[in-house]
Amino acid sequence: MRLIEFWLNHGGEFLEAILRHLALVAASTGIAVAAGVPLGVFSYRNPRLGSPLIGIANVVQTIPSLAMFGFLIPMPLIGGIGAKAALIVLILYALLPVMQTTVSGMKGVDPSVREAGLAMGMSDWHLLSIVELPLALNSIIAGVRVAAVVGVGTATIAAAVAAGGLGEYIYRGVASVDGVMILAGAIPAAILALLADFWLKWVERRLTTRGLRSGSPRLVAAGVVGVLVLALIAGGLIWSDRASGQIVIGSKNFTEQMILGELISQLIERNTELKVSRKFNLGDTIVCDSAMRAGDLDVYVEYTGTALTAIFKQPVRMNVDEVRLVVEACYSITERAMAPPLGFNNTYVILVRGEDARRLGLRTISDAARYTEQWRPGFGAAFLDREDGYQGLKKHYGLRFAESPRAMDVSLIYRALADKEVDLIAGDATNGLIAKLDLVALEDDKNYFPPYHAAPVIRSKTFSRHPELRAIFDRLAGKVTDQEMRRMNYEAEVERRDISSVVKAFLERHPEASTR
Amino acid sequence: MDGNRFSPPSNEIAIEFADVSFRHRNGPLALDGFSLAIERGETLALVGRSGTGKTTILKLINQLLLPQSGVVRVEGRPTSDWDSIRLRRRIGYVLQEVGLFPHMTIGRNVAVLPRLEGWPDDRVNARVGELLNLVGLNPKTYADRYPRELSGGQRQRVGVARALAVDPPILLMDEPFGALDPLTRAEMHREFHRIQSQVRKTVVCVTHDMGEAFSLGTKVGVLASGKLAACAAPAEIIQSNNPEVKIFLDAMPRVGSA
Repeated sequence: MRLIEFWLNHGGEFLEAILRHLALVAASTGIAVAAGVPLGVFSYRNPRLGSPLIGIANVVQTIPSLAMFGFLIPMPLIGGIGAKAALIVLILYALLPVMQTTVSGMKGVDPSVREAGLAMGMSDWHLLSIVELPLALNSIIAGVRVAAVVGVGTATIAAAVAAGGLGEYIYRGVASVDGVMILAGAIPAAILALLADFWLKWVERRLTTRGLRSGSPRLVAAGVVGVLVLALIAGGLIWSDRASGQIVIGSKNFTEQMILGELISQLIERNTELKVSRKFNLGDTIVCDSAMRAGDLDVYVEYTGTALTAIFKQPVRMNVDEVRLVVEACYSITERAMAPPLGFNNTYVILVRGEDARRLGLRTISDAARYTEQWRPGFGAAFLDREDGYQGLKKHYGLRFAESPRAMDVSLIYRALADKEVDLIAGDATNGLIAKLDLVALEDDKNYFPPYHAAPVIRSKTFSRHPELRAIFDRLAGKVTDQEMRRMNYEAEVERRDISSVVKAFLERHPEASTR
Repeated sequence: MDGNRFSPPSNEIAIEFADVSFRHRNGPLALDGFSLAIERGETLALVGRSGTGKTTILKLINQLLLPQSGVVRVEGRPTSDWDSIRLRRRIGYVLQEVGLFPHMTIGRNVAVLPRLEGWPDDRVNARVGELLNLVGLNPKTYADRYPRELSGGQRQRVGVARALAVDPPILLMDEPFGALDPLTRAEMHREFHRIQSQVRKTVVCVTHDMGEAFSLGTKVGVLASGKLAACAAPAEIIQSNNPEVKIFLDAMPRVGSA
């Protein structure tokens, strides 16, 4: 029921997502067929060049799609975020099945049939169009079916590079642990895949029962028109990326990031005449960073600790000011600027139940170290694995626990603590559930966790072109405290309020953050 | 064409092999200094064991292969000088496996070459009807069927009709009736003579069966070790003392049944 409600509430947007998804898959599959069939024919006729060609396509197929996007985004011309990158990745994935089935279809043609055609005086082209391709058609269409079905699935990942489509809902749903929203994207995607498969099966049956009209000019014309239409669709998708906005605001793929992206967008819209285009939900750190280097993003919010280690590959540092200085310097030599931090520090925090903290008078991790021998800890898998996670923490504070820590899903860990399944956890400092479940963050009195202060990153070119932006970031500096960020996360994730209204409420609470 | 029926055979040479050698890649020498002249309008039946280069000879005629040394001439011109497509359209080709296009009806199979030649539709349709009648298949019954719906003998008839589609002066047949049962094969031999009496083509037919060679050929050639051991009218071949020829004659169940 909630699912149907969701679709009805998002009617227009939902329809657009479906159409965009369809357009991405149709254009990429069509172009892959237009390129893959000739490549397959070439590979069949020139096995010496063809086998390596198929080998390459095979290798491409094994690259995880997110890695492929990460690889593509920084590339000149074909790179960047948006429909172009998505189309290129989808085309590359669709090429292999089409090429392979073309080759196997050609191999399946009875040699005596081919010889009869050659001996009666058919040219290469005649042999191909009258005999070989029609006979390989069944096999080729099987490849197209595979390509289209895989394409529908892969296109959901395209949302990670702001290409839109049904993946948008899946990503947003995963980010906010919202099952309904995940299904809202996943179910129509599955249905699209089935429909594409059925439709192509129908096409296959129709073409084979009627027999392909031998090289008929009408068929060739239909093929050419089809490819042109698909190329137009592809062009339209790419063009729709460029048409909007003078300032592009991005965000990574979790709720806090989308709230911050929306906050900056609203501030720019309120205080300047600039048009903003929002490219939220962009995969991980690497996607956002590469997109900005490629000039596809003007602003997004990064965390100082993440920039230091993940982007600039520097060793971990503990001192807040030192980290900020290093990161600012690194950004400035790569033609970007880091605005003053927003206020909150989204680092790991060690959490205990409020009642325990009050009963035992706990304020810091050192305070808690006296009691941990009777406690059971629970951590996310990442925290357990990382060297700067559990192992380091234990040594740094000399912690000893009643049992070895339980590995838990990070989205469930807060409730597990409140429900007394565990007694101490490591969580996100800004998680909305901290206040809601009456958990207490213990102070990191021995400075174990590196700082992760959130700060907007802006392209230097954008800054010099629109100097009015500087005032906006200066005014916002320090306004988003830990408590404020937790509150907004809570409103968006737990109360499931619309992100734009969460941000509006924040701006009403803090009129000083916005001028007009 | 019917007028040709009683005219004396011309002595013009239609196909000529002059000292031709051919070796398949990584294979033994298939032809070794092979020479042969085929007159216009005659039916030459070439007999040889498997692997003696019979099919190679046919493929050298329609330029599916080119000789490594020596010359193959068709209508006086070396095959290497011919445009391969023009040459092949003057040469009908019938294979043992027939090689009908499985995705086309019988009518379309026969019509492929006339269409490629750009004949108008009504002429193509008339020709298809005429040819199917010629090979003894009722066009009304068979034109719209698919090859898989026909028996082996019927498919071979279609193969012959297709090879004759644009009325080529030369017809090559590669063990055309090898896959048929003996009764059907005998019937096909009678049909061949009936058709040949109407169309008077220069025919080169290869077979491993001396009986079939006697039944079909106006001349019979015997192949051994890449050379022509003998080539003469059937009556002369029967008298031959050539040991290579004797082997084939001895292998026949009843000599002289042709």
